[in-house]
Amino acid sequence: MEAINKQRIKERIKGYLKNPWSLMILIFVILATLITFTALVLLVGYILIKGVPNLTLDLFSLHYTSENVSLFPALINTISMTFVSLIIAVPFGIFSAIYLVEYSKRGSRFVSIIRITAETLSGIPSIVYGLFGYLFFVTALKWRYSMLAGAFTLAIMILPLIMRTTEEALKSVPDSYREGSFGLGAGKLRTVFKVVLPTAIPGILAGVILSIGRIVGETAALIYTAGTIATVPKTIMDSGRTLSVHMYELSREGLFMNQAYATAVILLIIVLLINWVSGMVVKRLTKIK
Amino acid sequence: MSKLKVENLDLYYGDFKALKDINIEVSEKEITAFIGPSGCGKSTLLKSLNRMNDLVEGCKITGTVTLDGEDIYKSMDINLLRKRVGMVFQKPNPFPMSIYDNIAFGPRTHGIRNKGKLDDIIEKSLRDAAIWDEVKDRLKKSALGLSGGQQQRLCIARALAVEPEVLLMDEPTSALDPISTSKIEDLAVKLKDDYTIIMVTHNMQQAARISDRTAFFLLGEVVEYNDTETLFSMPSDKRTEDYITGRFG
Amino acid sequence: MNNYKEKLMQFVFFIAAGTSVLAVALICIFLFANGLPAIGKIGVFEFLLGQKWKPSNNIYGIFPMILGSIYVTAGAIMIGVPIGIFTSVFMAKYCPKVIYPFLKSAIELLAGIPSVVYGFFGLMVFVPLIREIFHVRGTTMLAACVLLAIMILPTIIGVSESAIRTVPKEYYEGALALGATHERSIFRVVLPAAKSGIMAGVVLGIGRAVGETMAVIMVAGNQPRMPQGLLKGVRTMTANIVIEMGYAAQLHREALIATGVVLFIFILIINLSVSALNRRFENGSN
Repeated sequence: MEAINKQRIKERIKGYLKNPWSLMILIFVILATLITFTALVLLVGYILIKGVPNLTLDLFSLHYTSENVSLFPALINTISMTFVSLIIAVPFGIFSAIYLVEYSKRGSRFVSIIRITAETLSGIPSIVYGLFGYLFFVTALKWRYSMLAGAFTLAIMILPLIMRTTEEALKSVPDSYREGSFGLGAGKLRTVFKVVLPTAIPGILAGVILSIGRIVGETAALIYTAGTIATVPKTIMDSGRTLSVHMYELSREGLFMNQAYATAVILLIIVLLINWVSGMVVKRLTKIK
Repeated sequence: MSKLKVENLDLYYGDFKALKDINIEVSEKEITAFIGPSGCGKSTLLKSLNRMNDLVEGCKITGTVTLDGEDIYKSMDINLLRKRVGMVFQKPNPFPMSIYDNIAFGPRTHGIRNKGKLDDIIEKSLRDAAIWDEVKDRLKKSALGLSGGQQQRLCIARALAVEPEVLLMDEPTSALDPISTSKIEDLAVKLKDDYTIIMVTHNMQQAARISDRTAFFLLGEVVEYNDTETLFSMPSDKRTEDYITGRFG
Repeated sequence: MNNYKEKLMQFVFFIAAGTSVLAVALICIFLFANGLPAIGKIGVFEFLLGQKWKPSNNIYGIFPMILGSIYVTAGAIMIGVPIGIFTSVFMAKYCPKVIYPFLKSAIELLAGIPSVVYGFFGLMVFVPLIREIFHVRGTTMLAACVLLAIMILPTIIGVSESAIRTVPKEYYEGALALGATHERSIFRVVLPAAKSGIMAGVVLGIGRAVGETMAVIMVAGNQPRMPQGLLKGVRTMTANIVIEMGYAAQLHREALIATGVVLFIFILIINLSVSALNRRFENGSN
């Protein structure tokens, strides 16, 4: 027997015709959704169509010259910038989350100050970070335009993100785990490192992946900290541009638009990869729960 | 003549058959009570009478339900059906807006914009729901500030404001204290002068106190449906007897 | 021994927790110390309300850029907020389960695309399009508004979708049971109940738009003069800093840092309103 409670399309249309206001709202909802996703498809499609044919072997030459306009050094710089920023930010982020979740007293003044400052940090636009990095690391500490100055600037930028995700991951570890560990005579420190932290790793990882996305996409905070030199720096105290900065410079100069398209493709691929990996991590996270 | 008629109704949640071959006729201006242990399908049937089950994913219904002889699942406009068959939920669910706007929501939905007319409807509904005196001075205040019992009477007033013919009440007192409960019971008895009421209750005494007819549900079936007095004094089915004398809990 | 290690690590955690406080303090100190003197030298009113920015003549009025940021943001909000909110309603209340994961990850992708890529897309698509249609230089306020509107979409959609999802379903069902349509139940009951949550999303979007730099620079034209309309070029505060920082010296450089200070204060105000709204939403839903 056929179900009687399925609203047939004809019925629905009849209902909407009786309620013009609802029909109008429905049209708005559909229209807005179409606009949103058309914008995305257009953007990605356009970049891919224009960029993929320009992905020549030349672009991956080891050294940048104004003939090959190689993006390879920028790619290397992006990887090392990501690496150094994470090395600085992750321990601080995790440790401060450990303090907030495992050690602090609830409602203490210090904790609420930390929360307010972390919230403030996460809202500061990247150009302000760039200015600060320029004033502090580049000028005051005399590091000049260098990978290190850039990495420290980015590290501060991603710190609140890592703090927040780690905090949430630690909070989601059931108290029974901690009690179990204490019950076996383990100290607080041992409990945190051997029981709580390992359980929280997928959550922390998700935060780290998000941070990588921000580092890879960042431009404004790097132009006046890491600088815009198009080669792989010899040391961490030299200047070097990441892919995003590279792309900005290319489109600013206006001479190498094809190469800019190709760079955009590489950036898109990285973003897609990051989203895919973080999707996997989140999936594993929810499975565990 | 019966107001609502359910014929050969089966209801599935996915593969699970939650209601089996239900046949019930509900008479006008009476209180009909659905009783039975939890999970027996009484609330599910109630929600089928104003098509709230349409929202549930994987729910499939077969059979017919008619209101005044008209098939509610076929030709009837669903919003009009829900206007004619109002509902009061288990947990009081006033909207997070003023008391006035809560009551006015229904009439406005059905096209009444005139301020004077709305004012009249609101006063009448609140009076009918026996809560007017308690809220008349705070109509513009948030409905969430009321007590649980007041909230439930407000929800009844909200349902009355669209002038329904049938009022479905899904365990309306299960979240309330005894005093609020007796207020709602008194109200239900008063309302049956004008409305046909179907009330799901987990409380047998409540059914015995206020209903005219009672249906006893067990495992998705109507075991027995009769005058309340007959059902409680001379149940014809052994299972009904067991339940009302307390063997099923 | 063990006790000593516990104490030591507790201290280490404590210090780490202080980093964010230290970072905010340093940012404030360095920005203000380098920017405020310039405002003093130029004069508060001359700096904030001066309508001319001519570093070569030592005239530093950032009013055009303040207005530029406000206009561009307002435009982005006017386009982006309705689209964002309606899309979030689709995501929360209309979207079939089968396609939801795809749309969700599409929005995440939209959020993850770097702003240079957005800017580049705007430069190569919107700018020529506007040039064709209106016969003006394509780099205009309009291009910046449209581009920013797209960029703030994921923020608004994400936040308001979750705000809508936290509204108890009893409200929706209650409205439906009174004979209201799906649309009426959502827009007259559910959305008002999610109002402060949605507002937080909008304000977050405002913050993103005000602070956005690279994408705006690439499409807005960046003329340092009073904004003259949608089809003319405009310069925002963020653009002002990036464009001139590379070669500025002395008072000029300080004036740029002072521009950063003003931007920073704008953002602080926006952040404060976000957390106020969030608190209200959390209180409201309890």
